[in-house]
Amino acid sequence: MSSALDKAAAGTLFGIALNYQGLLRSRLEEFQQPPYQKPPVKPVLFIKTSNTRNGHDQPVVFPAGVERLQPGPALGVVIGKDASRVSETEAMNHVAGYLIVNEFSLPEDSYYRPAVKAKCRDGFCPIGPELVPASQIANPNALGIRLLVNGELRQQNNTANWVRNIPQLIAELSEFMTLHAGDVLITGTPEGRVDVQPGDTVAVEIDGLGRLVNTVVAEGAL
Amino acid sequence: MKHARIRFQGDIHAVTVEDNNAVRLADGRLLAEDQVEWLPPANGSMFALGLNYADHAAELAFSPPTEPLAFIKSPGTYTGHNQVTWRPDNVAYMHYECELVAVIGKPARNVKREDALQYLAGYTVCNDYAIRDYLENYYRPNLRVKNRDATTPVGPWIVDVADVPDATNLKLRTWINGELKQEGTTADMIFDIPYLIEYFSSFMTLQPGDMIATGTPEGLADVVPGDEVVVEVEGVGRLVNRIVSESEFFAARG
Repeated sequence: MSSALDKAAAGTLFGIALNYQGLLRSRLEEFQQPPYQKPPVKPVLFIKTSNTRNGHDQPVVFPAGVERLQPGPALGVVIGKDASRVSETEAMNHVAGYLIVNEFSLPEDSYYRPAVKAKCRDGFCPIGPELVPASQIANPNALGIRLLVNGELRQQNNTANWVRNIPQLIAELSEFMTLHAGDVLITGTPEGRVDVQPGDTVAVEIDGLGRLVNTVVAEGAL
Repeated sequence: MKHARIRFQGDIHAVTVEDNNAVRLADGRLLAEDQVEWLPPANGSMFALGLNYADHAAELAFSPPTEPLAFIKSPGTYTGHNQVTWRPDNVAYMHYECELVAVIGKPARNVKREDALQYLAGYTVCNDYAIRDYLENYYRPNLRVKNRDATTPVGPWIVDVADVPDATNLKLRTWINGELKQEGTTADMIFDIPYLIEYFSSFMTLQPGDMIATGTPEGLADVVPGDEVVVEVEGVGRLVNRIVSESEFFAARG
């Protein structure tokens, strides 16, 4: 990761789960059942701990003893100015810019308990390749997002399909916790996560933000 | 020895703590407990354990877990000793949780439990407040319950591992306005600290400054603005916090 990017996005990595309409819709029936009882009311949040930080062109380790590993293409919002109790109309004033996030995870069969073991492994959160200033992206709410494995398109969507857009997320999160300058909001991974294997080259592309590339390596191969 | 972080006249200092909670600055000055602003003694991620005392699990009508149930907190939710925490307006149940906290001192990966204590910077105390009204069944307990601004007092200090001969036999107690409300012992923990370090480090690297909050025993109660809440872990520390209203908290913060 470039040192400039490291500095601009040095805060907490907050993930938002179930933030693509297609993904949420596909689970709604299940979410009426135990243990969920009803669909989520507020944004479903998780934290990628600092050991998960990784960069462009870096390896991502496929852990020993694990059967399946899945990349998670997502747009990252970098907070530029502390946001506490910010309204939707003011929210974008707190955004420094955007970057690509590949939110690697083991497959999640349940959303009931925090997914620490699935999501907090070393190097499971590449970000990059660079911070694109907010002013350069006219409408972050209509960007194509693509995942390519060994050059083959495997997953694609558009940020127009978010459940909550960036101002809504900033308003709802900052109601109870300050978003600090340098924090990153990982705005969600679309439905259709794919499996990757050691040796694969994984790229995430987002319109206007470039291309974040990582290679998957078996644990012990580094 | 006890190590703390404080703010005094606008500057942050790493200090040691002496008799009567007076703090010794690096330049030799000695300041009284109430002269300084106490900051959280560490600022990494906090791995907080849910249902790690059998009696508390029963209190919440859960079976004890067979694998640690952990959720993560980020530094924005920490606050120091003698600081305030806000109760949101219009909630029915906000409760404290007195917990022993292990602070990581060096990177820990694939650590065996017999070596685990070598990776600690020491122990501290936290009050892992929860707003139960906001519980949802997604990544439960969710961040809106557990990761609110200034809603996890931590401290007052980190005490050296060598000064706590047996962390598996410490009394935990909570008082509201001087009245004892919660009493338990770390002997009743389901997963102890060496086990937890082995567990987390088996799949990730724990970083210096990361903390493991080891859960709370039974005896929860509601707290309201004006309450003074004290959590104490025997031989580690006594952490004082005061509850304020939402409007008072945000007015003071400006």
